[in-house]
Amino acid sequence: MPNKLIADREVELNDEGFFVDPTQWTAEMAPVIAEEVGVPTPLTDQHWLVIDFMRKEYFENGTGPTVRKLGKASGVTTKELFQLFPKGPAKLAAYCAGIPKPRGCI
Amino acid sequence: MADTLHRLVILGGGTGGTLAANRLRKRFGGSELQIDVVDMNNDHVYQPGLLFVPFGLAEPDEIVRRRSRQFHKGINYHESEVQSVDVDANRVALANGATLTYDVLLVATGSVLQPDETEGLLGPAWMDSVFTFYDLAGATALAEKLDGFSSGDLVINVIDMPIKCPVAPLEFAFLADWFLTERGVRDDVTITYVTPLDAAFTKPTASATLSSLLDEKKIKLVTEFNTGEIDNDAKKLIGYDGTEVPFDLAVVIPLHGGAAYVERSPGLGDELGFVPTDNATLQSTVRPNIFVLGDAADIPASKAGSVTHFEGEVLVENMAAFLDGRELPERFDGHANCFVETGFSKALLIDFNYESEPVGGHYPGPVGLPLLKESRMNHLGKLMFQSFYWHGLLPGRDIPGIGHDMPTSGKQKTST
Repeated sequence: MPNKLIADREVELNDEGFFVDPTQWTAEMAPVIAEEVGVPTPLTDQHWLVIDFMRKEYFENGTGPTVRKLGKASGVTTKELFQLFPKGPAKLAAYCAGIPKPRGCI
Repeated sequence: MADTLHRLVILGGGTGGTLAANRLRKRFGGSELQIDVVDMNNDHVYQPGLLFVPFGLAEPDEIVRRRSRQFHKGINYHESEVQSVDVDANRVALANGATLTYDVLLVATGSVLQPDETEGLLGPAWMDSVFTFYDLAGATALAEKLDGFSSGDLVINVIDMPIKCPVAPLEFAFLADWFLTERGVRDDVTITYVTPLDAAFTKPTASATLSSLLDEKKIKLVTEFNTGEIDNDAKKLIGYDGTEVPFDLAVVIPLHGGAAYVERSPGLGDELGFVPTDNATLQSTVRPNIFVLGDAADIPASKAGSVTHFEGEVLVENMAAFLDGRELPERFDGHANCFVETGFSKALLIDFNYESEPVGGHYPGPVGLPLLKESRMNHLGKLMFQSFYWHGLLPGRDIPGIGHDMPTSGKQKTST
């Protein structure tokens, strides 16, 4: 997939639309991506709690967390996660946080 | 290390704990290494056999042996639950009151089912119209239920990953199709496979093959379904987003976590009770003298017996090096190898690792078993494996010609 311009910066995405290089992400991109993937905007503090947790997990463990781990450790319950990031919290939050698709599920 | 006695404590006497104990016993004399294994019960279940029990293809007593009988001489076996591990004091407290101190600890307590973590799963419908085949009691009860099941909606639901043997729920769907066809009632039953993943399986290449098999067998696929609750009265799975899947018979794979004592042991595990572990060396990142084998580790490999088997060789070399004060020499590549039973006496075989997708070709070399393709040979391979498990894998024998690294010579090339 060719590079894409998000919030005036060029980033590299893979075939599924996930960031190839999470260091290309900036916080300004999150609301733009959220709009595109169907996450309700404006982003709330709870959204940001999850987005920050996704990035922290990615840089510590090399992969984003699963929904279950998010529900247990991000500070937001699983039910709330599905309100914040409807359909697929782990996947949608990974898009917004500019990290690759969480690998937790092998 | 010949002149010092090292004490090794192994938590868990399943696939990993047993093969590691036996391999290490062969490698080190009794004056070099003392080996103590702890497990909470004495029933060693051949877990791949659980898939066959609901269809009458295996009897419960055929797949269980005594744990204590699987160990070589010179291995001490303790039957007790683990109370907790003190990672600073190098000490394990057992529920029976005993204490074991160690120089090196191997965590091999696998993963456990946590049906209580899903609302309504243990309600009145549990073991009545909602079952699991992931433990012996469930698989046995389900056999009786399936025998009398001749019409309605059969739903197979994976609640969330990680689970043991991620292909087993698909195999269950394929075998259910076969079983109901043989009984002449297949047209009166709908089979629906409900998964939280965005495809039938976690790996795209294998997913395509497995999805077309589901299609062929008229098994409906519901993806990205996140079960929040089981409604026992209305007999429905209810997703977190409010979507519903009705069932007459639900076969559910409950959430998995690490063994309960991990949570009682400060600093040992993560939120799910798995132990943070180096993907390549199998040394925990918790303490250098704690190693982890099999499902208990948080590494991104399948929670499957084949993975534990391939890890075993790496673990033994690395633990030996650790005891000698040498650098850990071996690297695990995430190799997994799974026979996928597809019904009607056929199976396909997939082989992959951390980096490579399961692709077509042959295993372990150009004239081996066909990969990613249904065949009777693969089915026979799956059936024959049980004997190798008890007599080869657990005692710590290698399979001639098969090392722990994923082979590549017989495989098709792909761009992935």
